[in-house]
Amino acid sequence: MKILSKKSLVSVPGSKVTQIVLSSPDIAAKALPGEFVVIMADKKGERVPLTIVNADKKNGTVTLIFQEAGLSTTLLGKMNVGDSLYAMVGPLGHATPIKNYGKIILVGGGVGIAEIYPVAAALKDAGNHVTTILGARSKDILILEQELKKASDEFYVATDDGSYGVKGFTTDLLRERLSKGSYDVVYAVGPIPMMKKVTAVTKEFNVKTVVSLNALMVDGTGMCGGCRVTIGGQVKFTCVDGPEFDGQLVDWNELEKRNKVYFGKEKHVCELDKVAK
Amino acid sequence: MKEVIKIREVPASQRSSTFDEVVLGYGEQEILQEAARCLQCKNPVCIQGCPVGIDIKKFIYHITKKDYAASYLTIKEKNNFPSICGRVCPAEYQCRKSCILTKKGSPFASEQAINIHFLERFVGDYGNKEKIGAPKEGKDELAGQKVAVVGSGPAGLCCAGELARKGIKVTIFESLHEPGGVLRYGIPPFRLPRDILDFEIKYLEKLGVTTIPNYIIGKTKMLDELFKEGYSAVFLGLGAGTPSFLNIAGENLGNVYSANEFLTRVNLMSAFKYPEYHTPVNVGKRMIIIGGGNTAMDAARAAIRLQNMSGIKPNTAIFYRRTEIEMPARRLEIEHAKEEGIEFEFLVQPVAFGGDDNGHVRKLRCLRCELGEPDASGRRRPVAIANSEFETDCDVAIIAVGLQANTVLTNVTPGLKVDKYKDIIVDPETMQTSIAGVYAGGDIVGGEGTVIEAMSMGKKASVAIVDYLKSKAKKV
Repeated sequence: MKILSKKSLVSVPGSKVTQIVLSSPDIAAKALPGEFVVIMADKKGERVPLTIVNADKKNGTVTLIFQEAGLSTTLLGKMNVGDSLYAMVGPLGHATPIKNYGKIILVGGGVGIAEIYPVAAALKDAGNHVTTILGARSKDILILEQELKKASDEFYVATDDGSYGVKGFTTDLLRERLSKGSYDVVYAVGPIPMMKKVTAVTKEFNVKTVVSLNALMVDGTGMCGGCRVTIGGQVKFTCVDGPEFDGQLVDWNELEKRNKVYFGKEKHVCELDKVAK
Repeated sequence: MKEVIKIREVPASQRSSTFDEVVLGYGEQEILQEAARCLQCKNPVCIQGCPVGIDIKKFIYHITKKDYAASYLTIKEKNNFPSICGRVCPAEYQCRKSCILTKKGSPFASEQAINIHFLERFVGDYGNKEKIGAPKEGKDELAGQKVAVVGSGPAGLCCAGELARKGIKVTIFESLHEPGGVLRYGIPPFRLPRDILDFEIKYLEKLGVTTIPNYIIGKTKMLDELFKEGYSAVFLGLGAGTPSFLNIAGENLGNVYSANEFLTRVNLMSAFKYPEYHTPVNVGKRMIIIGGGNTAMDAARAAIRLQNMSGIKPNTAIFYRRTEIEMPARRLEIEHAKEEGIEFEFLVQPVAFGGDDNGHVRKLRCLRCELGEPDASGRRRPVAIANSEFETDCDVAIIAVGLQANTVLTNVTPGLKVDKYKDIIVDPETMQTSIAGVYAGGDIVGGEGTVIEAMSMGKKASVAIVDYLKSKAKKV
């Protein structure tokens, strides 16, 4: 669980995204695209789920990418090469079913782009025609652009402010693609509002849509039920039943509200961050 | 008949703002007086009430002679964890219920029954303090054999301890970051202080047991790989890890917790020390716990402590669909909960939660019930009364209505047979599963039980594992 390397991907006011490579041969040996780990930065820390961005079986390493969004990820960001995480367990969740679907569109927004990457690479290897659409607020917070370009047959970027690619949203580009051609699957990972909008667009075109959910978790092994989501009227646990689900069946409003249940507390503790270490 | 010696406890007024232990236990004078009440029956029926068959008569006899070391070793012959069991065993349904001093036909122990568990606790704490330990049984023929134990709850700990005492090299694989299973995430520190739990687990290390946390068999490694890595047998103490829900409207509103989640946040993640520890838990103005078992009591008592510690006027209630007598919780926990100001609402059945615009729970709607005919459990079934619906305020709800099997391992292990509840099927004599060399026990076999029942299964499996290893050694 030692940090072997650390790279800042984004560091602008209001947005810090960092990539770390950790030594964990047993997790690396088993990890597949779409799976995640739960980590604890230190003994007093929270258990935080993070997608496995890359697993290097030969060197026994896993790569994680995280955005500093609260106390726990901020403390994780302060850890350096040579430090060890207090805990890391996995790989958790179900892997993305990788096969040749035909033509597939991957939509990634914000730090969700990190989750798109391993899936894109695996789908491309499986012979799919991969179209990737990335979205970010502006050019300086776009991550993994070169890596994803390589893993894609077609590649598009939308930025909110128009500083790069097309000015607008990923869903604008998605609609354009879907109206011009026929696609077999859309796979989307990003902020909830983005995934929600993606499913609204794909519904019009009747394209199967897979999303990877980011519900709050504690153990990550099906023990607490904190990550429960409603999928087509049925309660599922994101950690053991997901994290990927049919996007058309997700109760987005419920998930959005459940994910905000500690907002009051987090605001309070983020100010404490200044004294935490 | 001499009078029962009362156990010393922290008064309710002093204990409800801390997670420190409530029951202080007996001192030496008290233990001698209580032990002297034991009739030393010719036919000690109490022993039949102990799932691991501790020689209760003998260990109490040693107490009366002030030979606490001998008493400790007597317990240790059958139970490696007297300080844990002396605190969490529902003795009133087990040894104390069997005690001759309990009135015949009573649903649980009479007050007059010897306080066997408190005696055990004293002796356990004494032995731990004096570092008496337990002798290794050192059977050379099995030395060097490797056995894997999956899960470090009561069943796994017990099985590991028994095997280690025979010189077997045991490795425990635990999915969480700290060992103990339900003893760690489920039982709050005010019932089982963490130094006691840590001590009893450390004792296993001294016997040569290695514990690997953050390791999930079925994810990080598969069951068959353990055999390839040289383990000769595996014990599965996976627990009943999946919380049941009520399946009623509004159950996914914010601040509706499973008891597992609430207690894991509080106990394992130390949310009661937030923000020093970083995992939060939300504390409400009116917290309602649904259920009537020990988990419900633990959750309620944790909840009212959190209210007190957060400067919120204590207002925590337990809603149960039967009456107090049918509650499966330990009587002591029910008494403690009442003393601490927890309100009990009996004969009520939740039908829906109501929420606000933020998606947070605000109301609980219930029906009143009456008791009908006995059901499969022998308890009278609650029957809802028509038109009895009422609504109550509720801004944190905790659902403690039971657990089901965790299927992370069984789902990915072909050949490992499970029943319709996804519990692992075993031979009840040996705890062997459908796979040779693989044994199971605890809540993953036959559903939820007590700590000591789980330990009993772990122990039974350990005996069968030893036989299995011996017979395998002969064949070679």
